[in-house]
Amino acid sequence: MNWSGWLLWGFVGTVVLTTLMAGSQGMHLTRMNLPYMLGTIFTASRDRAKAIGFALHLVNGWIFALIYVAAFNSWGRATWWLGGAIGLVHGLFVLTAGMRLVPGIHPRMASETQGPNAVRQLEPPGFLALNYGVQTPISVLAAHLLFGAILGAFYTVRAS
Amino acid sequence: MKCIDDYAIIGDCRSAALVSRDGSIDWLCWPRFDSPSIFGTLLDETAGHWKIAPTGPFRSERRYVQDTNVLQTRFYTPTGSLLMTDLMPVASASEEHHILLPEHEILRVVECESGNVELEMLFDPRPGYGLASFRAVDAGRLGVRVQTPSGLLVLRTDLPLTTANHGPIRGHGTLRAGEARHFSLTLAEQWQAVLPPLGKWSRESVARSVAWWKDWASHLTYEGPARDSVARSALALKLLIYAPSGAVIAAPSTSLPERIGGDLNWDYRFCWLRDGSLTVRALFGLGYAEEAQGFVSWLLQATRLTQPELRILYDVHGNKPNPERIFNHLAGYAGSRPVRIGNAAVDQLQLDVYGEVIHAATELVRREGDLDRETRGMLRAFGEFVCQNWQRPDEGIWEPRSGKAHNTHSRVLCWAALDRLLELHRKGHLPRVPALKFAENRELIRRDVETRAWNSALRSYVARLDGDRLDASLLLLPWYGFEKASSERMRQTYARIRDHLGAGGGLLYRYRREDFPGEGAFGICGFWGAEYLALGGGTIEDAQETFERLCAFANDVGLFAEEIDPATGHALGNFPQAFTHVGLINAALSLAGRLEGEEPVPRQVPAHGAEPDAPEVQP
Repeated sequence: MNWSGWLLWGFVGTVVLTTLMAGSQGMHLTRMNLPYMLGTIFTASRDRAKAIGFALHLVNGWIFALIYVAAFNSWGRATWWLGGAIGLVHGLFVLTAGMRLVPGIHPRMASETQGPNAVRQLEPPGFLALNYGVQTPISVLAAHLLFGAILGAFYTVRAS
Repeated sequence: MKCIDDYAIIGDCRSAALVSRDGSIDWLCWPRFDSPSIFGTLLDETAGHWKIAPTGPFRSERRYVQDTNVLQTRFYTPTGSLLMTDLMPVASASEEHHILLPEHEILRVVECESGNVELEMLFDPRPGYGLASFRAVDAGRLGVRVQTPSGLLVLRTDLPLTTANHGPIRGHGTLRAGEARHFSLTLAEQWQAVLPPLGKWSRESVARSVAWWKDWASHLTYEGPARDSVARSALALKLLIYAPSGAVIAAPSTSLPERIGGDLNWDYRFCWLRDGSLTVRALFGLGYAEEAQGFVSWLLQATRLTQPELRILYDVHGNKPNPERIFNHLAGYAGSRPVRIGNAAVDQLQLDVYGEVIHAATELVRREGDLDRETRGMLRAFGEFVCQNWQRPDEGIWEPRSGKAHNTHSRVLCWAALDRLLELHRKGHLPRVPALKFAENRELIRRDVETRAWNSALRSYVARLDGDRLDASLLLLPWYGFEKASSERMRQTYARIRDHLGAGGGLLYRYRREDFPGEGAFGICGFWGAEYLALGGGTIEDAQETFERLCAFANDVGLFAEEIDPATGHALGNFPQAFTHVGLINAALSLAGRLEGEEPVPRQVPAHGAEPDAPEVQP
């Protein structure tokens, strides 16, 4: 296991993914902001939520990167397209199962059946997170594909 | 047809909406003052609105909740009465830390006070000045969702609705005494939408906003004549300050005509440097130092990309607004065409803005005591620019599109720019300036104005050098310290202006020309007249009477447009207008000062290192 490679490229991949998603927000392609969504689990303050969420998102990035590098190690090689393929699956998982789970576990998120009420006021993502804009799935898939491609391209599998 | 003064403003210091007397929001640009409109019926009846009102005939009265920008409209019908509260919710920083709040929201609460009243709601958004396509989707408990180019609009209400994909959304119900209905419209621009609940939560939101505005208004230090008018002007001005940058926009509307049916229709949703020193003095004078400092910082920082040259207007973040466009698909207010989006005056040369910015910075020193190194560098560069350019013709304060001229007001402001810089230098705030060069140019400008802007045949200062036309901006000469208000020349100038530009009731036209088809009396010019009297040009009684007559031209909720029709007293031009309210505040401050026997316009800068506002030590 190449621990330093995991730490470095997991970090770089997460930063690039976050930048791409934030850029998509700025260009009005999506209103989805994963750090904000994560941060509002812990606080209602918009500013604090962004900071807490970003830290959590970074940790999440490393955790997910661990799964990527485990796959690379088991295959004995890492390439950009292998990483990209895992990223695509990862993105699809986030959009489908992940987004369906969020309203159930997020204490401040409303759902089609619950709220809005005094606590649950955050707009739920809906199917494929389409509530956050019709181009959200494309942005999410592109960001995760790039995340995986970076890991696959730069992570070096060491012979055990 | 609704009059311009049939509107009142609500806002959150980022954007504003105009609400008519009959319960309709006819103008809303979201998320920023200069964003494309979502409701634009003000300019074309097909450009969208949001109306909540009794179904049958009614009479309405309205007011702001005391010391707030929370509007209350009371509808009286044959069967009962309704009270509608309109606001854009605001909250304190500590409340924002523990409450999840939408990025942008308009909240409307309707309560039945007596009897039974049938209520109807019509929600008809037309994003992008009525040009953008959109689709409304009923998402059940999550509200009606309308995707627009500005973001996601979500309408939530406890009134039963009927929705259509492209048509208006309607709601209908009967309210009995004690019952209430709540309407929340939010815009999620870049983030996941926050959907505030209704009912108790809405009422808490109203209470939070009322408390926030009351707290803000409690810092008002003014205790002089017409305090209510001054307080309302302060509240209106606060709504026009874009909180994230500190910029003050001229007005939240575009193309409201200066002449009904005419073509004097301009986009005022930007920030004019011209308004700088007058606005700063008004804010400091009322006790709102934070807003004044914020505006001066904006003046100095936003202009950084073009310094030492200054544009005459910027958007709220200091960028050049998009080029002016004519929107032929909009019929215009009362058929007043064209409707302009953007303002081509941005490319004009107005030399007065240098005096305004330097004067504003001087006011900051007078109140706060010092300048940082960077600002000193900027001010020196402005001074150099003035020395090199004051002889040039410019478009001048009124931005005519007929070409440049040698405008007296601009030249006096160039004099004021160098005079203020030299004072800052003398008091040690501005070392290493070419003082001799500044002083020589200041004297040259004074000689130029005294000889060429004084028309001895007319016995008055005139609008242009070597000219023979009058202009109300000449009343500002004492304000900038160029002439004493009590000087013979100023008294004669005032008498000519009153005779030639007077419109009755203390109102003044800004100018009059044979080749000009006419417009209303210019709001701030009347207040300049009242202030001139208060500064020593007339008696206290004259000044107070003129000031109070002018205050009476405000609409029923205390708001002024840019101009006033002297024949009807109705508002003309963009609404509400910061410049007019600034004029009212400054006239009130000068009047109050005169009543208390103070120096007319205190502008002595304290010596470097001395306490601000400390009396100057004579050498």
